Amino acid sequence: MNDNLILLPVILQLALALMLLFFWSKTKWQRIGSMVGNTLFLMVAVYLFVKIYKNGVLFTQAGDWEAPFGITFVADLFSATMLVITALSGLAVSIFASGSMSRRRSLFVFFPIYHFLLMGISGSFLAGDLFNLYVWFELIIIASFGLITLGGGRRQLEGALKYVTLNLLASILFLTGIAFLYGLTGTLNMADLARKIPLIQNEGLLTITALMFFIGLGIKTAVFPLYFWLPASYHTPMSAVSAIFGGLLTKVGVYALFRVFSLFFLPDSFTATVITAVAALTLIMGAMGALIQKDTRKLFSWLIVCHIGFMIAGLGIYTTAAIAGAVFYLFHDILVKTNLFMISGLIHKISGTFKLKKLGGLYSQYPKITLLIAIPLFSLVGIPPLSGFWPKLLLIQGGMEIQGYLIIAAIILGSFVTLATIGKFWLEVVWKEQPAFTYKKHFIPFSQLPYIQKFSYVFPIGLLASVSLFLGFGAEIIIDIVNQIAFDLMNPDAYIELILPKE
Amino acid sequence: MTTLILRTAAVYLMPLLLLFSVFILLRGHYLPGGGFVGGLIASIALVVYGYANGINQIKMFLRFHPGALIPTGVTLSLLSGTLPLFYSRPFMTGLWLEGTYPIIGQVGTALIFDIGVYFVVVGTALTIIFSIAEDNERD
Repeated sequence: MNDNLILLPVILQLALALMLLFFWSKTKWQRIGSMVGNTLFLMVAVYLFVKIYKNGVLFTQAGDWEAPFGITFVADLFSATMLVITALSGLAVSIFASGSMSRRRSLFVFFPIYHFLLMGISGSFLAGDLFNLYVWFELIIIASFGLITLGGGRRQLEGALKYVTLNLLASILFLTGIAFLYGLTGTLNMADLARKIPLIQNEGLLTITALMFFIGLGIKTAVFPLYFWLPASYHTPMSAVSAIFGGLLTKVGVYALFRVFSLFFLPDSFTATVITAVAALTLIMGAMGALIQKDTRKLFSWLIVCHIGFMIAGLGIYTTAAIAGAVFYLFHDILVKTNLFMISGLIHKISGTFKLKKLGGLYSQYPKITLLIAIPLFSLVGIPPLSGFWPKLLLIQGGMEIQGYLIIAAIILGSFVTLATIGKFWLEVVWKEQPAFTYKKHFIPFSQLPYIQKFSYVFPIGLLASVSLFLGFGAEIIIDIVNQIAFDLMNPDAYIELILPKE
Repeated sequence: MTTLILRTAAVYLMPLLLLFSVFILLRGHYLPGGGFVGGLIASIALVVYGYANGINQIKMFLRFHPGALIPTGVTLSLLSGTLPLFYSRPFMTGLWLEGTYPIIGQVGTALIFDIGVYFVVVGTALTIIFSIAEDNERD
């Protein structure tokens, strides 16, 4: 169905970013504006989701130029759900940033750039045109480069340099892939590509193009062996920035991989094997990396890498159950990873350090907060009935269907090592006595903060934790939705017919 | 470098170049030109003047920081894109007023979009050049 309002999330975020730019130096207004704006964003996303859930796929042709000549924007159930999840994480990070950001840092325009980033992310979920998707990716990179260097410490610049270099390399590969595809088919509209690609004779070049997409998007997604930039850069910026990066940026890559590989590069046996092998290795290497970390944020960064493997595994297995599991994992992962980085920020505020060795005694100081952070941590491990359990169940079920025992072994190994690392984290941070430790100069610990600021640290964690709980306990509803999404992804004919009706 | 010739020429060049930039901006929809090129020419006009008479002269002439032009411009462009939504047409659809006007030609949302681009380009170019020039003065 044609609907001009599906671009509303993008327009809203752009308008917000601009409004906040006008309030350049009024940090109080920036904070309020960001929180109110993201609440609106959430409402718009939910409105779109309900509309799409009832009426099916919506689309609009920008500038009223017909596809395949104009730029198409499409919102199906997958993109709408991603928008809702993004809005939830975005709102949580807005609140968290309002409390945790010192004035000096927010003066360096955190909020406007943050909303430009959210604009890029929502745009990439709505793109129905491959080149347009590339442009949204560039917007995301530019905004994230701005955010990662905020404050401009030496370590931060080092991390930012690695981040940007590798992401630009990924963009070049992605763009080259797009150029190949345009040369082969003469179109970049995704629905049009889905019609024209099966007609291509030159299958060798097509496979190369598909792998080029996989490598380009794979660097952004941080899969084996292209993930090294992630643990090298995600622990350097401030916690609010790490939270939005850890939660959303790699997941945009996963989303794009799902779109591209379900709509027009239907995996043949060779590509499917490559993807599955990469997924298994990502799971194992990420888990091994996480085991030896001594810093909370580095530990969580390695866990991001590890858990990307679950989603890519779903793409490699490529049955409806596995895709449903991977999509479910994607939703769960965004919420939990955003939460984890906020938690590491909170723990830093309480104890003054990120080092596991120097941390400790959280339970004796703040038993309620400890219980709260147990929810996302246990969801991450996948203890039933929390939200990490159901997608893994679906993934293993999908693996059984194709007798992929090796990938199932990797999934189980990844889960167990996650359990081990979270167990270690729990032992070091929660139960151990904190060793003697003095705060840095000018550091205001959590206990001395005013009530409102304490609230802004704890409330977003609680918000995302409760959504995680809903994902776990309301799994029946969510599985219904992800099954629908997986069905749509596996049978894209309706989508294609809607955008480009046959004469 | 601030020779008498350049200083005298700059006084006449600036208004000429500014006028020319507006001309380029207005003809941009169907002919070569547009907001981007127009904006570059306008910033060249201001930079030449600043080069001859010192950056401070330009700052006094502008009265505000050129960085403020960037959000203003993007807002204009965004508004021109959102306007069609109120006529239940897709985002960024070109809407045109009927009839043509002398000098300007047809007036429509594309023109507003171009004016936005013009402001953004002037703002960005001048912000970059000002910060480089200020760095030089400090050394």
